[in-house]
Amino acid sequence: MDTFLQQLVNGLTAGSVYAVVALGYTMVYGIIQLINFAHGEVVMIGAMVAFTIINLLVPTGLPPLAIVLIGAGCAVPICMLVGYAMERLAYRPLRYAPRLAPLITAIGVSIILQHLALMIWSRNILAFPQIIPSQTYFIGGAAITTVQIAILAICLTLMASLAILVYRTPLGTAMRATAQNAQVAGLMGIDINRVIAITFVIGAGLGAVAGVLFGTYYGIAQYTMGSVLGLKAFSAAVLGGIGNIPGAMLGGVLLGLVEALGAGYIGDLTDLCQYGFPLDACEGGGHFILLGSNYQDVFAFVVLILVLVFRPQGLLGERVGDRA
Amino acid sequence: MQQFFDTRKRPWLVWVGFALVGLSLALLPFALAQVGTTWVRITNYAILYVLLALGLNIVVGFAGLLDLGYIAFYAVGAYTYALLASPQFNLHLPFWVILPIGAAVAALFGVALGAPTLKLRGDYLAIVTLGFGEIVRIFLNNLSRPVNITNGPQGITGIDPFKLDGFSFGAYQSFLGLEFSGPIKYYYLLLAVVLGIILVNLRLQNSRVGRAWEAIREDEIAARAMGIDTRNLKLLAFAMGASFGGVAGGMFSAIQGFISPESFVLVESIMVVSMVVLGGMGNIWGVILGAVLLSFVPEILRWTVEPLQHALFGRQLVEPEVIRMLLFGLALVLVMLYRPAGLLPSAVRKRELEERAA
Repeated sequence: MDTFLQQLVNGLTAGSVYAVVALGYTMVYGIIQLINFAHGEVVMIGAMVAFTIINLLVPTGLPPLAIVLIGAGCAVPICMLVGYAMERLAYRPLRYAPRLAPLITAIGVSIILQHLALMIWSRNILAFPQIIPSQTYFIGGAAITTVQIAILAICLTLMASLAILVYRTPLGTAMRATAQNAQVAGLMGIDINRVIAITFVIGAGLGAVAGVLFGTYYGIAQYTMGSVLGLKAFSAAVLGGIGNIPGAMLGGVLLGLVEALGAGYIGDLTDLCQYGFPLDACEGGGHFILLGSNYQDVFAFVVLILVLVFRPQGLLGERVGDRA
Repeated sequence: MQQFFDTRKRPWLVWVGFALVGLSLALLPFALAQVGTTWVRITNYAILYVLLALGLNIVVGFAGLLDLGYIAFYAVGAYTYALLASPQFNLHLPFWVILPIGAAVAALFGVALGAPTLKLRGDYLAIVTLGFGEIVRIFLNNLSRPVNITNGPQGITGIDPFKLDGFSFGAYQSFLGLEFSGPIKYYYLLLAVVLGIILVNLRLQNSRVGRAWEAIREDEIAARAMGIDTRNLKLLAFAMGASFGGVAGGMFSAIQGFISPESFVLVESIMVVSMVVLGGMGNIWGVILGAVLLSFVPEILRWTVEPLQHALFGRQLVEPEVIRMLLFGLALVLVMLYRPAGLLPSAVRKRELEERAA
C-alpha cells in the first residue's frame, strides 16, 4: 500500500509536468495540425536558462524564492521568443505545403536548438543548487516534499489559467475558431497569423515553466533532456486526444501515473519465481525478475500504442473538424 | 551539342553512359583509398544509408505511411546477425544463411508493427512507429538480465565478417597487382546489393503493387473502392521496407564487427527520414541523392571545419560535431522552405504541389 501511495504521489508530480508540456504540443497541433517536434527543446532551453541564472544569483544571498522566480522570469520570455522565431521562420512559410514538409523543418529546428544549447552550455549537467529548504510531509505513509507540492500547485494553476484563456476570453475564442477552420475564421476578421503566433508563444511560455519545474524536481538540467521529455509529453497529448486541451491535461497526468506505478510494480509482477517456475535462481527465496524498473520508459509508449489501437482518437477524442 | 546527345537518335549513347557510371563506381574505392581508407569506410556507410533510405522509401514514399521508428528494423537485422555469428552464443553461421533470416525476422517485426496500426492516420502512425523504435532500443539495452541475450549497453563484440570458403571480406588481399583492403571488398559487396535493391525498387514502382501503393497514398478510401486490398498491401509495404532494413542491419553488423544499442537511437531514424524527404519522397534517384548527400556532406564538414577553426582562431572554438549537426538542422529547414517536395521530387508529388499552389 505504501508503494502504491508513494508512486501515486510521484506519478502525479511528474504527470502534471508532462501535462503542461503536452499542452504546448496539443495547442499547436489543434491549430495548424503540426507536430512541433522542437517543443521539447524549448522546454530544455527554459530549464537551462533558468538554471544558469539561478546559479549566478545564489552568491548574492537573495531569498531563495526570489532567485527561482527571477530565473523562471528570464526563461519564460526567452522561450517565448524562441517559440515565436521558429513559427515565423520555419513553419509559417510552409503553412500550405504538404504536411511532411513542416514536420521535417520541425525536426531540423529541434536539431538546431539542441546543438545551440550544446554550444552554449557544453555537455555539462547543470545542477539545481540546494537553496530551497525541502521539507517532507507524510500523508498516509507516502512522503511528499515541498517541491512536489509546489510543482503540483503551479501546474494546476497554469492549466486552470490556460483553460480560462481558451474558453472564456476573446483571444481564446479566436484560437478555437482558427482551429476549427482557419479560412472562415479569417473571413470573420480574425488575424490568423497573429493567433497562430500567439499560440506558439503561449505554448513556449508554458514549456519554459515546465522545464524549470522538471529540472527542479530531478535536480539537474542537460542539453539532452528535451527529447525524451518532449516525446513523453507528445505521447500524453495523443493519449488524451491530440488538439484537445483537457485531453492533454488528462493524458499527462495519466501517463505520469502509469509510468510511476508501472515502474513500481513491474519487477514484482514479472518475478517468475512467485509463479512457481522451477528455476535455479529461485532456490532459497531468490528472484528471477523478467522486466525490471529500467523498462520505465517503455510504459509511456506501450500505453500510447494500446490506446491508439483501441481508441484511435485518444481518450477524450480529438478536435472535430479535422476529418474533412 | 544537345542534338548529339539525343538518345532517341543514338541509342548506344545510353550504354556509353551506363559504362561510364559503372566504371567510375568500380574505380571509386581505389581513388578514395588514395585519400585514405577512412573515406572508403565512409562510402560504405553511405551505401548502407542508401539501402536504408530505399527501404524506408517503400513505406514512406510509395505507400505514404510515415515511419519514424525505421531504425528498429535495422537494429533487428543487426542483432540477428550478431547473435548468430559471434561468440555471444558461440554460433557462427555463414552469412548467406543469416542475411535471409535477418530479413525475415525484420519483416516479421514490420508486420507486427503494421498490423495493429493499420487504421491509424498520418501523425498518429508517426508517433506510434516512433514509440515502437524506442521500445525496441530499450529492450536491446535491457535484455542482458535475467538472461543475457543482447549484452545490454555494452553491445556485442567479435562479430564474424562475411566469409565464403576461406575468402574473408574482412581481410586484406592482393589480387592482379591491386591491393584489396577489407573496406574495398565490402564496398563491392555493398554496391552489388544496393544495385540489386535499386533494380527491385524500380521494377516495384511501376508494378501492380507499386501502383496500388501509390493509390493508397493518394486516397485510401478511393483505393479501397477500386478493389485494392489496402490491408494486405499496407502490411506488405511494412514488411518489405523492414526486410531491406534488416539486410542493411546484418551487413552493418558484419562490417562493423561490433554493435550496441547506441547505434540505433531515434536520431538515426530521423536521419533516414530526412534523407528520404530531402531527396524527394517516392523518387528512387532522389532518395539515393538524399542519402549520399546527408552521409557525405557532414563527413566533409567534419574534416574541414576543424582545420579551418585552427587556421582562423588558432584553437578549436566549437566541436566539429556540433557544427556538423547545426548545419544539418539548418539544411533540413532550408531545403524544406525552398523545395518542400525534396531536391529531386517525384513526378506525382510535383504535380500535386503545383495543383495545390494553383
